[in-house]
Amino acid sequence: MKVLILGIAGGVGRIVARQLLQRGHEVVGIDGRAWPGAPKEIELHEIDLRKRAAEEVFRAHKPDAMVHMATVTSLVMRGEERHRINLGGTRAAFEHCKRYGVGHAVFVGRHTFYGAGADSPLFHTEEEPPIGLASFPELADLVASDLYAATALWRIPEMTTTVLRTVYTLGPSGHGTLASFLHGARVPTILGFDPLFHVMHEDDAARAIVLATEKKVRGVFNVCGPQPMPLSTVIHKTGRKAVPLPEALMASMLGRFGLPNLPRGALTHVKYPIVVDGTAFKTELGFRHEIDEAATLEAYKAAFPPPRD
Amino acid sequence: MLFPIPTDPEVEARVARLEIPFNAYGSDPFGISRAYLGQIHTLLKWLYRSYFRVRTSGIEHVPKRGRAMLVGNHSGGVAIDGAMVLSSLLLEMDPPRLGQGMADKFLARMPFVSLWASRCGQFTGLPEHAEQLLADERLLIVFPEGARGTAKLYPERHSLVNFGTGFVRLAMKMKTPIIPFGFAGGGEAIPTIANAYKLGRMFGVPYIPITPYLVALPLPVDLEIVYGEPIVFEGTGDEDDTVINAHVEQVKAVIADLITEGVARRRRRALPARLFSGGAR
Repeated sequence: MKVLILGIAGGVGRIVARQLLQRGHEVVGIDGRAWPGAPKEIELHEIDLRKRAAEEVFRAHKPDAMVHMATVTSLVMRGEERHRINLGGTRAAFEHCKRYGVGHAVFVGRHTFYGAGADSPLFHTEEEPPIGLASFPELADLVASDLYAATALWRIPEMTTTVLRTVYTLGPSGHGTLASFLHGARVPTILGFDPLFHVMHEDDAARAIVLATEKKVRGVFNVCGPQPMPLSTVIHKTGRKAVPLPEALMASMLGRFGLPNLPRGALTHVKYPIVVDGTAFKTELGFRHEIDEAATLEAYKAAFPPPRD
Repeated sequence: MLFPIPTDPEVEARVARLEIPFNAYGSDPFGISRAYLGQIHTLLKWLYRSYFRVRTSGIEHVPKRGRAMLVGNHSGGVAIDGAMVLSSLLLEMDPPRLGQGMADKFLARMPFVSLWASRCGQFTGLPEHAEQLLADERLLIVFPEGARGTAKLYPERHSLVNFGTGFVRLAMKMKTPIIPFGFAGGGEAIPTIANAYKLGRMFGVPYIPITPYLVALPLPVDLEIVYGEPIVFEGTGDEDDTVINAHVEQVKAVIADLITEGVARRRRRALPARLFSGGAR
């Protein structure tokens, strides 16, 4: 079948594209970013999803399936523009799907949808609402995009819609929120807290997305692989050193002394766990991860050893 | 965040025998850590064997494997009862089992405490956690009196305050046997004469217990744990309050009897020490 991937140049996007190609599908991609070294069989369009040119791609190709991976986190982009990219882009994507009769839309969301907090349970199931927006308002547009994508289940009944909430990915590409956080030799943590982090190898995440696309399953699914690990384990086994700082000090140092310019609310994600229950996806699609948690951390460490000072 | 104290070899051997799916890093899917368990239970073993001289009876009533819910009384001592129950399960059972208690919500916000608690299997008392643990065939520990129970003043130490009813519905829904236990001596360990609620709120805890000697450090008294026979309630857990309340009263009555037995055992233990001063324990 013909699959259109939005955000194809991203870390996992590229892997999904290659896997689909390997499995005999036709792949077309839209991304504002370039992908040097892309397989020549893939038709790439280096354009903004919200512009007219993107609609042209839908009209010209009328893909069988669309995989939307073109959202960004507040760690990548701050401010109004991010809202426009996430919500505006998602809206455009689904409108084009409806207008040009795309049979299947897959929205690739994130497990951080559920939010992090002291009262939040482990192993979130898909029925749970997002909490923690009060403490981390910069998550709101991503949460809204996830929920808006899910409305296609009733707004566009002739199309199959899949919403996937994938956990943090790590791997040799070095891409992703967690990889950025682990980038340096020293990783700041909050003194006295060591939350569980739910991680999977980017190849397994891609396999899950490909499986969902091929099986054309309808609904909202958490996607995870191996069991979660304490942040201290993730830091240590990727060869980094944790630098625990008292919460108040960490908050005032954000954006300075080499610390990433995170929104204040992001600190809750380094204090409290976000862990999901992936049983529904595993049961309905028979998905099994191939790379365990230790091998995942090893793979990232091998590709991105901690920079020497 | 482990301390550089060596783990007791008996404790280490027993932790190694826990039938919990630890991964290559020594962590289970809930983040419970062999290393942390070894450290905490080294400390708890000293409290259990030497400081408090805990005696446990009826441990054969606790199933060796599979889901179960231990239900007992708070004994006025902040967390001592829970900690000693955990110790009894690790040290007296064969194979040893990991008891998993339901922590009060305020604990999750506290640095270090929350970390240690969860690494040792004690999670925030949310219904989701209780169900997840039971579904995973774990051993849940429930104190239906809640924080009201630990707040008992010294004269009330052997009494039972109101039981929440959730535990019965949960046990029925999750087809889990209830193993009642009575705990005696915690009120003597921390004889609470008053609770400072306003002071507690300043520290983000429900209250701070005040003892005759002011600071609520536990006294080295004898403690007794008495486990009773399993109780199974058939049903779905969606039954009317009248049905559920009757079950709760039944469990409460059994626990009251077990407390009485525990108190009696404590008295019998104290007797030889009084009769033969300097006698061996």
